[in-house]
Amino acid sequence: MNTLVLTIISLSALGILLATILYFVAQKFKVFEDPRIDEVDEVLPGANCGGCGYPGCRGFAEACVKADDLGTLFCPVGGNDCMGDVAKVLGKEAVEKDPEIAVLQCSGTSSCRPRTNNYDGAPSCTIASSLYGGDTGCQFGCLSLGECVDVCNFDALHMDPETGLPVVDEEKCTGCNACVEQCPRDLFELRPKGKKSRRIYVACKNSEKGAAKKIGCEVACIGCQKCVKECKFEAITVTNFNAYIDADKCKLCRKCAPVCPTAAIHELNFPPRKVKPATDAEKPAPKAPPAEKAPVAAEKVETGKPTEKQAVTEKKAEAPKAEAVEKEEKKTE
Amino acid sequence: MLKTFPKGGVHPPENKMASGAAIEVLPLPKTVTIPIAQHIGAPSTPAVKRGDLVKVGQILAQSSGFVSANIHSSVSGKVTKVDDVVDSSGYKRKSVIIDVDGDEWMESIDRSTDLIRNISMTSSQIVQRVMECGIVGMGGATFPSHVKLSIPKGKTADVLILNGVECEPYLTSDHRVMLERAEEMLIGVQILMKALEVKKALIGIENNKPDAIEKLTKLTADKPGIEVYALKVQYPQGGEKQLIKALINREVPSGGLPIDVGTVVHNVGTALAVYEAVQKNKPLLERVVTVTGRSVSKPANYLVRLGTPVSQLIEASGGLPEDTGKVINGGPMMGKALNNLDVAVTKGTSGIVMIPQDLSQRREIKNCIRCARCTVVCPMGLEPYLLMTLSEKAMWENVETNDVMDCIECGSCSYTCPSDRPLLDYIRLGKGTVSKLIRSRKQ
Amino acid sequence: MNKLINVSPSPHSYGNDSVKKVMYGVVLAMIPAMLVSIFYFGISALILTAVAIASALFFEFAIQKYIMKVKPTVTDGSAIITGMLLAFNLPSNLPIHLIILGSFVAIAIGKMSFGGLGQNPFNPALVGRVFLLISFPVEMTSWPKPMVNRMALVDAETGATPLAMVKEGLKNNESLSSIMDRLPEYSEMFLGNLGGSAGEVSALAILVGFVWMIYRKIITWHIPVFMLGSMAALSGILWLVNPEGFADPVFHLITGGAMLGAVFMATDMVTSPMSVKGQIIFAVGIGVLTIVIRVFGAYPEGVSFAILIMNAFVPLLNTYLKPKRFGEIPKAV
Repeated sequence: MNTLVLTIISLSALGILLATILYFVAQKFKVFEDPRIDEVDEVLPGANCGGCGYPGCRGFAEACVKADDLGTLFCPVGGNDCMGDVAKVLGKEAVEKDPEIAVLQCSGTSSCRPRTNNYDGAPSCTIASSLYGGDTGCQFGCLSLGECVDVCNFDALHMDPETGLPVVDEEKCTGCNACVEQCPRDLFELRPKGKKSRRIYVACKNSEKGAAKKIGCEVACIGCQKCVKECKFEAITVTNFNAYIDADKCKLCRKCAPVCPTAAIHELNFPPRKVKPATDAEKPAPKAPPAEKAPVAAEKVETGKPTEKQAVTEKKAEAPKAEAVEKEEKKTE
Repeated sequence: MLKTFPKGGVHPPENKMASGAAIEVLPLPKTVTIPIAQHIGAPSTPAVKRGDLVKVGQILAQSSGFVSANIHSSVSGKVTKVDDVVDSSGYKRKSVIIDVDGDEWMESIDRSTDLIRNISMTSSQIVQRVMECGIVGMGGATFPSHVKLSIPKGKTADVLILNGVECEPYLTSDHRVMLERAEEMLIGVQILMKALEVKKALIGIENNKPDAIEKLTKLTADKPGIEVYALKVQYPQGGEKQLIKALINREVPSGGLPIDVGTVVHNVGTALAVYEAVQKNKPLLERVVTVTGRSVSKPANYLVRLGTPVSQLIEASGGLPEDTGKVINGGPMMGKALNNLDVAVTKGTSGIVMIPQDLSQRREIKNCIRCARCTVVCPMGLEPYLLMTLSEKAMWENVETNDVMDCIECGSCSYTCPSDRPLLDYIRLGKGTVSKLIRSRKQ
Repeated sequence: MNKLINVSPSPHSYGNDSVKKVMYGVVLAMIPAMLVSIFYFGISALILTAVAIASALFFEFAIQKYIMKVKPTVTDGSAIITGMLLAFNLPSNLPIHLIILGSFVAIAIGKMSFGGLGQNPFNPALVGRVFLLISFPVEMTSWPKPMVNRMALVDAETGATPLAMVKEGLKNNESLSSIMDRLPEYSEMFLGNLGGSAGEVSALAILVGFVWMIYRKIITWHIPVFMLGSMAALSGILWLVNPEGFADPVFHLITGGAMLGAVFMATDMVTSPMSVKGQIIFAVGIGVLTIVIRVFGAYPEGVSFAILIMNAFVPLLNTYLKPKRFGEIPKAV
């Protein structure tokens, strides 16, 4: 009995002593934080993606509280709604910004940009890019190893197994800039989402001379300047044989896309043109029509382990009819 | 007891099937493609344009800085274009393309084969001549030699080391140079000794070349200051830091250069090129290239004019074997896989190795089993398994503190890993990212 | 050329080592111990080993395929090693359902929950064994006598292990020499004629396995030598101080799980340090802890606990005991 009483007393005394010590230590080392930081943090999306340029949502909340005005601060994930909430909490003015979305400036699918060798190294775009120009004839194009997919925090990027290019999910993309920073070929660009989510852009970044480019990829921008001549708003410039559409000047009039001889200009989410038999609004990576899928391998590919890309390459070697139909499709839009 | 470096290393099969093939002069190609970036440092500035007629030895591109090199024409003919072409870097870079016409050399070049023993130039004149002739490291690193010979203030050299090791499997060009051009190469060594003002030179040769060791030992018997050492056959014996440790037991400090421990290392092929430059005023325009492989019908060593397309060398050795899976520019441990067989031979092309399909594909990557074999074989005392994991997780500060910049990219770690992990791929990624970080910090 | 050429970063030459070669090399090294266990303990030892291996393989396959949804790697030999080592650590008369339970804990909790091969901090076989020991102390401490019931599947005649006899005897104030009189000669015990877990009895068989693994360069000599050395040193000091109170070093080395632990359990690559310095400290720690637990602790055998405790220190040892860098510049103090 004595032991029990002693145990209870000594353990309780120890507990009380330690609790007291902890209390005083907590008081001494307490960090004073502006309570508004917590309030702002509450209204932020909590993705901690770094798209705002600050270390996590907490970092951004601190910056908002410290800043005199919210002009330079913007959370791309939360968007204007979220900035409005932050403004309400802090009693400051928020600046409205157009939401942005990522676009891939490459349309070299496996059917129009044939493989010239077999990459067998570590499955990382940065590693492949530092090794050589890639397993196709275009040393500026997408390497299809999916680093962008890995780095996207919002599940907005997926590799399309048929084309070998990443596809941006418009609903999920927050314009956080992660893919733009990660891609070793700088193929991603944040462009304004546009009214009704419509965008026009040149899906090619190859800066070689025109003739050389077409050997590697059928849909390269050859720098012929037909689009420049067509554009009434002077939104298109060609530098180093590569066209670029300035999003601020572009009025989405759609006059440039049909004149492009290689269909390098992509229009997203526009209604189909009434001129020729309609096809659906073009997606960034045109798929081969389901009918032609005979895997006639004109070029025997020697790889030990079949990769997705190999399967795609075998589909590439199908009847030229399929490619002609594709070209037709692209030209009609 | 053969000298060797104490830490790490592996012993891949030597495969020196071309070591018995005497150097053959390859016929002139029809066109040559000479990139303006064949060396470490700034790419050179083209000095010719389309339509120009050039002679052998004429300058094509000027060195564009201290760490840069002149590039000379290896053929005579007409410049058809100065354009971006795929070179051995895997990317398109500016090159001078010449249609070959005849074989007219610049008059300033002495084409006689007499051995000129007397070294009449002073040390600084030698360095100047080496620079003018565009001599770069012929072991594959292509570091401009005049930079190595210009010792910075405050540092001194007391010994010159010659790298006759050729530790890469398959390659035999240095071996043949040591056997067939020994006299000229040794005069080149003496020239280098004069340029550096050192009294001692050590030639390191791996023990799998007994004929070269014997020949050079005999020839250096009457040359004061030059000694020949046989070294244990261990890769990377020819790595400059390992070679210095093996021969003179000094460790180049982390982030430092051999000159920090009082020595300079040159390849034996470079010594030969220096002889030709100084005694014959011949710029660097040709080199010995080994063409070999398990299934190659005629493994050989060719004396090739720079700019010759690799496809011509392959044809001369019996054509591309049917079962080829990979064509390597250099040796199998550190060489670069070519994606295009029309790339040109450059100053750093020590060999073309054709690997059969069954040996050229990587196996499936498995989990790290923490066996520490990579750590045991790393000659620089690094931990490759850790550097790969950290690079995969993009923890770059951690990668830097684990001394990734010390890595010499020898490939011993990837070679040894039982789980077939691409250790060196990720270590290189780490090195690239960390060096960018370091540069941005300095600004 | 019809085929596509392969391109990857260097090196382009690969050694002959593989996970399978390492693992199956260890399995081969364990065969002598397994044969000895069947010799001394009969059919039940064979069943024990077979059940342990089969259930380990089954659990690993099932977890990888259905829970982790990755490609099963059961053919690499690591599950076989875990199964065999677990069996070697159990008395051969253990009921089958407990063997399966032990296998489950070893594979599912000890290995798979951390991510599979190479990710676990603790030796999986020991995790299974210690779990069984603590949960089923009676079944785990009734060892069958060697040679006696070799054909019996159940109801083997049981007896205590030499370590248990020494511990009990010393507690009952018996003198060490009289305890030793009841035990077989050292030469007999060296061969394996003593009570104990299935695989740990024969020091000779284990030594044969050790020599084989050294020859094939599967393990290095440091851990076993330093572990047994430190055990001998510490027990030797104690024995010299009081020969009647402490058993001599030879006794400690050949009884219990010391040899099995030193050669097969402590040298497990996944759970041991990466540098030689680290391995030496690890081994000495195990040796000291084993003797401390055996002599001063409540359990007669301490190897399993000692190894698991030192496994916990391995990440610390890896962080602070790095190999000497080439050209290391000594840091200014």
